[in-house]
Amino acid sequence: MTWDWQVFLTDDGSGRTYLEWMFEAWRWTLMVAASSWVVAMLVGAVVGTLRTLPGRPVVAALANAWVELFRNIPLLVQIFLWYFVVPKIFPAFQQVPGFLLVVFGLGFFTSARIAEQFRAGIQALPKGQRYAAMAMGFTTAQSYRYVILPMAFRIILPPLTSESMNLLKNSSVAFAVSIAELTMFAMQAQEEVYLAVTALYALSAFAVNRVFALIEKQMRVPGFIVSGGTGGH
Amino acid sequence: MLGLDFSYFDLEVLRKFVLGGLLFSIQLTVVATIGGVIFGTLLALMRLSGTKVLTIPATFYVNGMRSVPLVMVILWFYLLMPFVIGRPIGAEWSAIITFVAFEAAYFSEIMRAGIQSIPRGQVFAGQALGMTYGQNMRLVILPQAFRNMLPVLLTQTIILFQDTSLVYAIGAYDLLKGFTNAGKIYGRSEEAYILAAVVYFVICFALSWSVKRLQAKIAIVR
Repeated sequence: MTWDWQVFLTDDGSGRTYLEWMFEAWRWTLMVAASSWVVAMLVGAVVGTLRTLPGRPVVAALANAWVELFRNIPLLVQIFLWYFVVPKIFPAFQQVPGFLLVVFGLGFFTSARIAEQFRAGIQALPKGQRYAAMAMGFTTAQSYRYVILPMAFRIILPPLTSESMNLLKNSSVAFAVSIAELTMFAMQAQEEVYLAVTALYALSAFAVNRVFALIEKQMRVPGFIVSGGTGGH
Repeated sequence: MLGLDFSYFDLEVLRKFVLGGLLFSIQLTVVATIGGVIFGTLLALMRLSGTKVLTIPATFYVNGMRSVPLVMVILWFYLLMPFVIGRPIGAEWSAIITFVAFEAAYFSEIMRAGIQSIPRGQVFAGQALGMTYGQNMRLVILPQAFRNMLPVLLTQTIILFQDTSLVYAIGAYDLLKGFTNAGKIYGRSEEAYILAAVVYFVICFALSWSVKRLQAKIAIVR
């Protein structure tokens, strides 16, 4: 096998070079990952919090069911379900672009994992924190808003980092429904391109890691939570 | 109901199309778990050896594998294997080799944590008994590390089982492929995807429930 790096400068048949095509594909990967991340964080935080609400067994059970459902089906199958099955059963979804369907698939899949981390983070807090909030006369909503969630969020930053990196890597599964992202691009090209695409994935994942390390540093509460300084590697 | 018709997927069809795929998915999971744990433990030992010649390549391998999507690794191996071996190998064999190599990186992180969770005193006790490094690892450290990490290892195996569906990228015949093929032949793709989801869910849910039970049991023993 010989390397031929000229391939990046050759035309792909539509007037752009492979290099331009690759950056376009990278943009798609980042867009899929970023949109799914927003969905996953919002849903995950809500579901994870609901699982810990005191005195609401039905709500907690429903939230648990959400996590089990989305955690126990492979991502690829979930994406197929969103892309092929949901529009057939609910005709309203036929107008939704494929990009968004993949974002739902990847976002909800990841939301189950993030919900699990939020639950673990909230339950890892000393009971005293909750009692302290109660003693201050906070309602349940207030104690979550001002005491429990801010602390839990900081605790789970390291696992949240690796889950966000996982999300970015998992966005590669979107190739299966022909989203024009990096993996799809790689499959249509040759070895040199594989190498470049692999490097772009590693670079993106590393960037996510650094951003989270920065957030972790900025949000550190002096005197609280000695996490041992592991930045989610 | 909702324009869906599952009547095509009777036992005969499932046996003909799906059974072989299911068996391959299970085979892939079992081989990748066993191979991944063995190579993963070796990688973990290399990383903990304190000798640069061993730690640097192992760290590089583990971090490299973990920073790349599995789909890309599957495609890489499928592309490169024929060059390494000298003749084309099927998608199934390529998938098996890929999963062992890929999962070794993840299992090695688990085993590393497991080995590090063993108190130093255990190592010293082994040494005091005159054990060599190999004896110490084999008879004292690894059995305990393995037992401590058993729930995590099994959870990783469940994830691994789900990930086997990604061999879709190279067209290996697994559980998902069995369903999609049957769905295509009968023009019932949507129903096939739903059934595939149900089968994966039942298997993974049952497994994760058993892991939870096991975890509770181990917690009491400790």
